[in-house]
Amino acid sequence: MKQYLNLFISFFKIGAFTLGGGYVMIPLIEKEVVSKRKWINSEEFVEMLTLAQSVPGPVAINTAVFIGYKIKGMKGMLATVLGTVIPSFVIILLIAVFFTEFENSKAVERIFCGIRPAVVALIAVPVINILKHSGFKIHIIAIAAASAISVWLLGISPVIVIIVSGLCAIVYNTFISKQC
Amino acid sequence: MLGILIQLFVTFFKIGLFGFGGGYAMLSMIQYEVVEAHQWLTVKEFTDIVAISQSTPGPIAINSATYIGYTATGGSISGSIIATFAVCLPSTVIMLIVCKFFLAFRKNRYFFAALKGMMPATTGLIAAAALMLMNSHNFVDYKSVAICIAAFILAYFLKIGIIKIIFLAGIFGYVLF
Repeated sequence: MKQYLNLFISFFKIGAFTLGGGYVMIPLIEKEVVSKRKWINSEEFVEMLTLAQSVPGPVAINTAVFIGYKIKGMKGMLATVLGTVIPSFVIILLIAVFFTEFENSKAVERIFCGIRPAVVALIAVPVINILKHSGFKIHIIAIAAASAISVWLLGISPVIVIIVSGLCAIVYNTFISKQC
Repeated sequence: MLGILIQLFVTFFKIGLFGFGGGYAMLSMIQYEVVEAHQWLTVKEFTDIVAISQSTPGPIAINSATYIGYTATGGSISGSIIATFAVCLPSTVIMLIVCKFFLAFRKNRYFFAALKGMMPATTGLIAAAALMLMNSHNFVDYKSVAICIAAFILAYFLKIGIIKIIFLAGIFGYVLF
């Protein structure tokens, strides 16, 4: 019972204190599951991270499933997933209740008038960072541009873009390139 | 009501199932489904939710599922629960399968070729999310453009945290508009 509680508490902390999501929370997850609880070692952590980032869905949930299942099977997984989801669920629900009340107030509208263009910039930043990390290779930029234009201007569903790009990669890897 | 709950479940299941490339890449998918296909939210409301998600803890996918579930049902918690459950379900099941066959997956070159090949495309999806939000709803006049450029400089060159930038942008919005 204590083990389930520990799993729940650790992932509750991860869910409650990872502002901004994504890469911000990786150090916190590492601290909880590797340094503090020693559920997995740092080598396993890197392998798990690769998997968690490769399968679809939020990285926090994928990590929770991996650790919970590894330590205590299905029930352990339930404890970690609930721990991750509950903090953001409760906070957002409170905001939703509050925000739908005050959405039409002049002050709130003015504040969000300033925030909306900033959000656009904040989404653009990771795009540049990822392209920079990959060394601004021309084929990566071309594929990224094609997928952005498909969704943005041609109105193609992102689901189609994901399926097509995955299939293309498999075909390319099987028939054209021999190294993996 | 039941109709909306089923639609919420199907929509967020789809978002969870095809949500490769992390939170930002999922944004274009959430926007496509929620704003364009189902019209549960306007572009402005969607942008507000992105801002709220970025300043509150937890993954963006879960935050937006909880929020949209609530508003799409006209203020019902059952909508939040269904949407949040649906967005977590696919990755939970897939991750369980991957855990069970960890070794087999690790050696499977097709699996990893597909994943590696998706990276440029998911980067494009993030760009699409930003481009779709660059419209007259979110950019009222030159002041919006100035805020956008300033936010970019703060985030990219000066590495200022997201929450600080959103907070500053809110103050400027209150003063300027």
